Amino acid sequence: MVDNAIPASSAMPLLSAHSLVKSFGGIKAVHNVDISVEPGTIAGLIGPNGAGKTTLFNLLCNFIEPDQGRIIFDGNPIHTLPCHQIASKGMVRTFQVARVLSRLSVLDNMLLAAPQQSGEKLSNTWIFSRRPSITRQEKGLRHRAMDILESVGLSHMTHSYAGCLSGGQRKLLEMGRALMAEPKLILLDEPAAGVNPTLINQICEHIKTWNQQGITFLIIEHNMDVIMSLCDRVWVLAEGQNLMSGTPQEVQSNTKVLEAYLGQ
Amino acid sequence: MVGYLISLGISIATFALFSLGLNLQWGYTGLINFGHIAFMTLGAYATVLLSLKGVPLVLAALAGGLLAALLGLLIGLSTLRLREDYLAIVTIGVSEVIRLIALNEEELTQGTRGVVGYPLPLNVSELNIGLKLGMTALLGAIIGWGLWKLWPWIRQLPSNLPLPSRQRNALLFGGYCLGLALLVGCLWLGFGTNRLFFVLALLPLGAAVCLPYGQSKQPLAALQQQSANTHVGLALTTLTLGLALTIHSAIFIGLWFDYTYKVGLVWLLMVVLALVFWRLEALVDSPWGRVLKAIREDEEVATALGKNVFRYKLQSLMIGGAIAGIAGAFYAWQLTFINPDGFIPLVTFQAWIIVVLGGSGNNVGTLLGAMIFWAYDTATRFALPSLLPLDDARLGAFRVMVIGVMMIVLMMWRPQGILGKKEELTLGR
Repeated sequence: MVDNAIPASSAMPLLSAHSLVKSFGGIKAVHNVDISVEPGTIAGLIGPNGAGKTTLFNLLCNFIEPDQGRIIFDGNPIHTLPCHQIASKGMVRTFQVARVLSRLSVLDNMLLAAPQQSGEKLSNTWIFSRRPSITRQEKGLRHRAMDILESVGLSHMTHSYAGCLSGGQRKLLEMGRALMAEPKLILLDEPAAGVNPTLINQICEHIKTWNQQGITFLIIEHNMDVIMSLCDRVWVLAEGQNLMSGTPQEVQSNTKVLEAYLGQ
Repeated sequence: MVGYLISLGISIATFALFSLGLNLQWGYTGLINFGHIAFMTLGAYATVLLSLKGVPLVLAALAGGLLAALLGLLIGLSTLRLREDYLAIVTIGVSEVIRLIALNEEELTQGTRGVVGYPLPLNVSELNIGLKLGMTALLGAIIGWGLWKLWPWIRQLPSNLPLPSRQRNALLFGGYCLGLALLVGCLWLGFGTNRLFFVLALLPLGAAVCLPYGQSKQPLAALQQQSANTHVGLALTTLTLGLALTIHSAIFIGLWFDYTYKVGLVWLLMVVLALVFWRLEALVDSPWGRVLKAIREDEEVATALGKNVFRYKLQSLMIGGAIAGIAGAFYAWQLTFINPDGFIPLVTFQAWIIVVLGGSGNNVGTLLGAMIFWAYDTATRFALPSLLPLDDARLGAFRVMVIGVMMIVLMMWRPQGILGKKEELTLGR
């Protein structure tokens, strides 16, 4: 791993990607895309279907390896790291269709996400799985998980299987789980898709609250109301390329964006 | 009878151990391992060949387990990036490769002629009194611990299901009593010379019958109020608990009055099984086990949350493999002769039957599955020849066929396995 760490300063973006390229066969899904997210902000990522938004997410988290390009997170290059290490550096993603661990309880879904659990090391558990350091940590995490579940309104489901949750509840659980991982940046892939309007409002409120607590967001979303009400800056992709970026108002009034969405 | 029960105990415990390894890999981690016998083969041959070279038996068996774990590492490193069915194909291939190596490396393994005359553990004509006392105490402690763990589960058995019709209840109860009477009758007929055993065996059997009803003031009334599912559950509990306790009393008899190396072997197996079971239960309940279950559910989610999925899968494969390797040592010790014909893929699928029967992802279920599998094997081996006018080969085929039918019936009645949780099957992704 190349580790030419640059101290993170407020002037530096938390996440920046430079000229990312990814082709699937002859199709250039992502072609020379740049993106940057300032710390403490909520950034939006929009574009018509097939613009490469989710592919870009997959590249950022290294779920798919980019053909070219660099990704800097918190001052360190991360495109060479395996995806689980990226998560432990403080960048956690959610999925377009909420993915919960069905046959685990809601609480276990939450607990799983916590980073640096000593009980997850086989060397610590294979003889003494109930050593005090593990149980103490587990107890602390349980409290934290309960607090988060309380705040997203899932505390009554704590001990149910996550597979019993409705679509909207799954979205909430997935976000709570991402929060449990103590991230600096959360990548949300369509948090409002397939969710009723009341719940959309709730989700937006949660995102705002968590943002005020210091967590940065990058959000893919088709619901323009959500983008307009939340985002500080919006990036527009079309056909795998950067179309423009700017404030929500600038994007909304840009003719190129309208063309991309509606056709000429 | 005592000797036969001890052999049965060895078979059950060996396969329980073997299947616990598979249950860790499949039931908890979701790895489709169709080549589990490879680990057992390696463990069996390594133990036997090393002990023939003069290595102490404990070390030889541990080395067998270690080699099996290394095989797991090798398979894992090369194939764990494959998913699901591809992993299944590779593992079944590896198990055949290992068997064919054992068949053809005649200088090492003597090929089809097999290995024979290797040292066996606790192979003495008589134990001294101190050893007898120590072994009895340890076995008693294990039984006590098992019952202690099972007690809450037994307690909540006859309680929760709605009332069916009176006739059905009477029928089920009658059938249940008849089954019990048959079991006792069988014991009576096969009883032979060992009067002491019979008396002692009735005690645990009686205890097992009483256990599920013990907490109710009016056991018969309580029983009549239960549904068909509970009756089946109770019958299974009673029969398996009775079988387990009867086997254990056979071990006690063997230890004190009728010692052969098989008594020592089954005692050793009980100790190892208890140890492995205890650690596995603790492990799958720990945060480590939580990661395994998460991988079983959706490995990309686990990755996105910062878990090194590959590493956990490797660990699961290696631990499961090591357990199977040690089971292999016991398999070899039971048979006193091994050749590659004993390590065909069929054995892997017997372990799969055991795991699925009991309910995958449930260690108690795996133990139960092993008992039911071998109880069935024993019952049909002895009962069928007098019931059906078939020759041995056809009878063998018939018994396997009935296993198939049983599995189909089970999958219709309880697709989640006997101890699996039904609601887990109905969960959406």
